[in-house]
Amino acid sequence: MADIILPELGEGVKEATIACWHFSEGDTITTEDDVVELVTDKATFNVPAPANGTLKDIQYKDGELAAIGSVLARIE
Amino acid sequence: MDKVLDLGTIDYLTAYEVQKNCVRDVINGDEQALIFCEHPLVLTMGRLASTEHLLLSEDELVKQGVNVHYIDRGGEVTLHTQGQMVVYPILDLNKHKKDLHWYMHQLEEVVIDLLTQFAIVARREKDQTGVWVRAKKLASIGIGVKKWVTYHGVGININTDLNDFQLIRPCGLDVTMTSMATEKNQTIDILRAKTMFIRSFNKVFQTQFKKGQ
Repeated sequence: MADIILPELGEGVKEATIACWHFSEGDTITTEDDVVELVTDKATFNVPAPANGTLKDIQYKDGELAAIGSVLARIE
Repeated sequence: MDKVLDLGTIDYLTAYEVQKNCVRDVINGDEQALIFCEHPLVLTMGRLASTEHLLLSEDELVKQGVNVHYIDRGGEVTLHTQGQMVVYPILDLNKHKKDLHWYMHQLEEVVIDLLTQFAIVARREKDQTGVWVRAKKLASIGIGVKKWVTYHGVGININTDLNDFQLIRPCGLDVTMTSMATEKNQTIDILRAKTMFIRSFNKVFQTQFKKGQ
């Protein structure tokens, strides 16, 4: 099991908005996949899957704001 | 060695495909790329874009032959048109610094340095991204990042017809746009601007891009 965490995006970036999930809960994903796209003012950032498995427990919907370090979802 | 691609005047979505292919190649370990192009008049909406900042409806814009594309970059609505030099750096930030703000700040620095070479005094605006000359905006920045490889980039008004900006509220701001040609009161040699941009880019990012590869 692995958490998908909102990573450090740079100095002064404290939070990011969820632009869109590329997968739904229950989908099989691999470390080759970008799972979720974040947006912070003028930049988008794709978060890759940290492990192979099934996407579970999406914690934030599209358009919601999350802090750096937040658990966005899990992979089982 | 890093490579420079000059696509000339090219449809927005075709250039987007070129970017995507370059991003994939750089992720797989290929050389970084600096893509230059100009786009025929087109509007693009970033992830945070609001249609409120379109000053005509999308239907009306399409009737006038202006396409609107919703794309995966940060930021608001922006406009590309002939005479605007668009640069898409496909840079691996794993080799530079994994910091989105640092990268955009450095991109601004490249444009400021370019403008200095043309004796145009440019600056940043507090809490905004982009490059200003006095109170007018000359360059807009919006980026995307995948596995810390960058795409999208910067649009620099060189010989742009500024009347086109009447279609939008650029970047969602009540801002007046300017161009290098307006500031110098003469048409600018865009090939020279490209050469100068590469020089400024190499200086700021410590890269080794060379024209004509």
